Amino acid sequence: MSATPLLAAGTRVRVRDDWPETRGPCHIRTPHYLRGATGVVERHLGAFPNPEDLAFARPAPVLNLYHVRFAPAAIWPDATGGALVVELYESWLEAA
Amino acid sequence: MSTNPLSPEADGLPEARPRAMHDMGGVSKFMCDAVDVEPHALDDFDREVDAIRGLLGAKKVMSVDELRRGIEAIPEADYLRMTYYQRWIRSITDNMLAKGVFTEAELRAALEDTK
Amino acid sequence: MSSLLETPSDRLLAAVRQLLTAKGVVAPEEIAERIRITDNASPAQGARMVAKAWTDPAYRARMLADGAKAAEELGIPMRGMPPLGVLEDSAEEHNLVVCTLCSCYPRAVLGYPPFWFKSAAYRARAVRDPRGLLVEFGTVLPAAVKLRVVDSTADYRWMVLPLRPAGTEDWSEDRLAAIVREGDMIGVTFPQAR
Repeated sequence: MSATPLLAAGTRVRVRDDWPETRGPCHIRTPHYLRGATGVVERHLGAFPNPEDLAFARPAPVLNLYHVRFAPAAIWPDATGGALVVELYESWLEAA
Repeated sequence: MSTNPLSPEADGLPEARPRAMHDMGGVSKFMCDAVDVEPHALDDFDREVDAIRGLLGAKKVMSVDELRRGIEAIPEADYLRMTYYQRWIRSITDNMLAKGVFTEAELRAALEDTK
Repeated sequence: MSSLLETPSDRLLAAVRQLLTAKGVVAPEEIAERIRITDNASPAQGARMVAKAWTDPAYRARMLADGAKAAEELGIPMRGMPPLGVLEDSAEEHNLVVCTLCSCYPRAVLGYPPFWFKSAAYRARAVRDPRGLLVEFGTVLPAAVKLRVVDSTADYRWMVLPLRPAGTEDWSEDRLAAIVREGDMIGVTFPQAR
């Protein structure tokens, strides 16, 4: 189990505006459309080995996984959905 | 199409950034594509590829993460042209070679055998 | 090596099958058994869960708290399966599931994902224009109902617990299960009293 303190429901978080895709082979489960976006933690989903490492058969640290809610209209001006909820690993989240 | 409000050149759209080609959420070039809502039954090829992937996972030979990574490494033109399970067998093969489960020479020989 | 990977897929499969079998990684009987087991999973499994949740509030609560455990209660094999998240529809909010990065799908309770779920059009449009996407399935969502799209990016698999349609008040669980379709549990359609 990861030792980082859990993020409480309602915590505002920002998704890191990072692009590992530009630095070499990788496997990223944070969608491109969320990089740099701000959302709200809905709940903690558990802790799981980091798929970014599993994909290369590397030792994978266990990370907290959160369900985070975003406003689609803040991402796409023409969005028609009301809420967009995405599973994100703690390594991609920072305080907002 | 430069006046198309859905074009990626529009300011601020996420995909003006360096996204991987499989990372498709909200990507403008697909937004006008109709969805083929017809049921397409799986054929024997599909089922067998699916089963082999499941067995490799259950036996800890290749994880679903490694499968995905292998699919994501397929060049975009091929990725878009290939069917779902065609991508899978290509990734499985790529992974088996990378892991040394079999060698290129063995694969070549097996391709000859199964011609 | 890349030229080898460009071999037609059916030939690749035959060669891979031969090699994996020869090296004792998989046995032909195992492949056949795996196909048989996977073919047994179908939307009917998820439909039974939905029907039970509609008629049994305590089961509904258990299903929302732990989808995999609730599935196992009904005899659906879940050992080794990813966690199952259940998204509860309400009069105010409707859920829609997508995997924009690949095709993550609750196979243990719904079977193989449908062709359209894996398509570029669905994966691209669901997060940005879900209302327009639903129209492709013949579903028009009332403007007052909020659309909540869930993008399956990690370890969970998600299914929708849709609203029970009007006119089914005295129906048995079996009769209710029979009207719950695959699309209803992904969120592209609503169950209809038929």
